[in-house]
Amino acid sequence: MPIGVLISTPLRPYAGKLSVIEVTAQTVGEALIDLVVQHPALLKHLSQRGKLRSFVNVCPHSDDIRYLSKDATPVKETDTISIVPSVAGGV
Amino acid sequence: MALAISSALLEQMHRHGEETYPYECCGVLVGAFDAVGGKNVNAAIPCGNTCTDSPQKRYNISPAEVVRIQRDAMLAGNDIVGFYHSHPDHPAQWSVTDLAEAHWTGCSYVITSIEKGRAVLTNSFLLVGAEEAKRLEDEFIEVIA
Repeated sequence: MPIGVLISTPLRPYAGKLSVIEVTAQTVGEALIDLVVQHPALLKHLSQRGKLRSFVNVCPHSDDIRYLSKDATPVKETDTISIVPSVAGGV
Repeated sequence: MALAISSALLEQMHRHGEETYPYECCGVLVGAFDAVGGKNVNAAIPCGNTCTDSPQKRYNISPAEVVRIQRDAMLAGNDIVGFYHSHPDHPAQWSVTDLAEAHWTGCSYVITSIEKGRAVLTNSFLLVGAEEAKRLEDEFIEVIA
């Protein structure tokens, strides 16, 4: 089914400068695969050694997939997957 | 290229840092990118610091909150253009930790020093470069009425 993926600012240069990309998927894993098939330059910014980079958060609705079923997390047609890098820091 | 922000929003960020002192405050800057890479800030959205074990020295904004703010911003035709946080009794200068944890290339990282509970100085830094070679560069803050 068609699912929208919201691309945050730092990733847009590698996604054709698009802020929203439509993918076809039943799970988050399928959505990410379709995403990098459409925009191969995204791959190295999302993953490292076959795993999602630690600071990349993939969130269907608002929960990170790390706390759901990871790549197997199912998606509904009304879902929008957001890919957002972490925000942290300090002295 | 500069970060344009109103004096009212700057004051709001200062108050946030003073209210959370001695802990670090944090928030998201929403606005728009202009054609030459500058940014205009429309809103400074205070966020919760989810770093509960050492909030005097660290901040973290939950991904769920960033997702919500990003979606709301995009629905309104805006974007996330940066983030702000405070340094309690430390200079308004990025630290090794700030750089290590910065991942929003092209966005501004605004830091306010809060000394003994009072906002003293605010600086902005632009994150540039790929993850493996990123750096924070000084960025001019244009304060508009």
